[in-house]
Amino acid sequence: MKILVLISNVPDTTTKIRFKADNTAFDDAGVQWIINPWDELALTRAVELKEVGGVSHITVANVGTSSTEPTLRKALAVGADDAIRVDVEARDAFEVATQLATIAKDYDLIMAGIEASDYNGSAVGGMLAELLDIASVSAVSGVKVDGGNLIFNREIDGGSQVLSVTTPVVAIVQKGIAKEPRIPAMRGIMMARKKELKVVAPVSAEDRTSFVKFELPPKKAACKMVAEDNAKELVRLLHEEAKVL
Amino acid sequence: MSILVYTENWDGKFKKFSFELVSYAAAVAKQRGTTVTALSIGKVADSELEKLSTYGTKKVLSITDDRFNSLDNKAMSKAIVAAAKAEGAKIIVLAHNNLGKALAPRVAVRIQAGLETGVVALPVSYDPFIVKKKVFTGKAFAEVKLNTEFKVITLAQNSFEPVELKNSETIETFDPQVTDSDFTTTVKETNKVTGKVLLTDAEIVVSGGRGMKSGDNWGGLEEMADLLGAGMACSRPVSDEGWRSHTEHVGQTGKIIAPNLYLAFGISGAIQHLGGVSSSKVIVAVNKDKEAPIFEAADYGIVGDVFTVIPQMIEAIKEMKS
Repeated sequence: MKILVLISNVPDTTTKIRFKADNTAFDDAGVQWIINPWDELALTRAVELKEVGGVSHITVANVGTSSTEPTLRKALAVGADDAIRVDVEARDAFEVATQLATIAKDYDLIMAGIEASDYNGSAVGGMLAELLDIASVSAVSGVKVDGGNLIFNREIDGGSQVLSVTTPVVAIVQKGIAKEPRIPAMRGIMMARKKELKVVAPVSAEDRTSFVKFELPPKKAACKMVAEDNAKELVRLLHEEAKVL
Repeated sequence: MSILVYTENWDGKFKKFSFELVSYAAAVAKQRGTTVTALSIGKVADSELEKLSTYGTKKVLSITDDRFNSLDNKAMSKAIVAAAKAEGAKIIVLAHNNLGKALAPRVAVRIQAGLETGVVALPVSYDPFIVKKKVFTGKAFAEVKLNTEFKVITLAQNSFEPVELKNSETIETFDPQVTDSDFTTTVKETNKVTGKVLLTDAEIVVSGGRGMKSGDNWGGLEEMADLLGAGMACSRPVSDEGWRSHTEHVGQTGKIIAPNLYLAFGISGAIQHLGGVSSSKVIVAVNKDKEAPIFEAADYGIVGDVFTVIPQMIEAIKEMKS
């Protein structure tokens, strides 16, 4: 079984968010870039599946300019066998999914994080499945290989399910898929330098959405403090002033 | 050219979120001079379907085919697109929840639409079609233009109050035009959460962090949640330590919630945690460290020991309720 893990290159989750050019673009000056946290968990689970057998090859893929290569190298250091970068800026979910569809055809399991932590789109995995006309399972919190099939744990609104799906399939994964993201070891980092990172040319793709402008949320009023021994007053304020109890 | 809204049911019943979606679609329809058609998939009694009209549907298309019980993403997306085409709908609205997030991207590709997810308000404008959403997990907002004739959006929970209208609707059985080969997933097992308030539905959420010190100290918070009919949540270190299930983890990499009241006990308020709760209407923080960042996000706060404050609050809530 061959696995493709989709990797988004996102600002570190502690980044202070700023915008530039009249609030029409994210200001990436001084930003540290990381593997999108959910993609990192997906990759960790893929590596675990390979370690227990049943998975022969893991590829990681990203749509982006050469500036995303350090993030792909990190994914290789975590344990992917090779990497593909489609050489075009990621602007819109449909554009990204269209690029990925050209390289995703030969994989049995395609894994994507449930969203990217920058623009919170939750779109690329599902779009890719529709473009490839294959199954997709979302909100996946567990996966194992069962012969030629895959067994998924999926969260539904109000519970959970165990599903069996025939490959190929896109799994859109969330928290729980792996316990903790794997940190690359020194040996992995050394080996990653020698692994193949293939750059492919983009196809022409339509941008179906575009950002008009950004804004920061309004500043919150100061917190109203209550004394430690006066929880009763807190409950009264929540009941009478905030009217939420 | 009506507005199509997919209204999910849970065991044959609609939830407040379904009515939020219908109300939102009705407000959009009013601005566009058209009407709302809801699509329902699954066995739902007519009396339940009629509730949708209270919030503004003119027509309900109902699919009762049992094959859809597997919530198969491919088949459901195909059915939604078939309904949109039958109604001539150019705007399709889904919920920004597990199922809506799974279906909307497939629907958008299939009907060649632009997609925007997690929309928080009525469109900023219609020509061009611009919507507002949160980005960077609540740390900013973006206005996004959809450049296509067809538009698919998912609406964030608790971002639009349901409005009751006087309306009447017609209910029609709809043939989704799917075949067995569209159903690609087999359900082996379903576990429904019973007897607990679901975190994503909860109007009040009681949450604990590292300050709870161990997995054995949650009795007070559980009692408080019971008293308030609240959902239970926790911060990331708590679920990483295994003190509570990861399904209760709220924050950037866990669940994103927007209750009326979020009560945070022993949570310092790392930026990743705040990303998951910042849309709450009122935030209350109890923490022994007065410098904890949670107090910058909170509306009310107590600097103090959670194990002193929790029993006092329980007493005060009991008194208020009696």
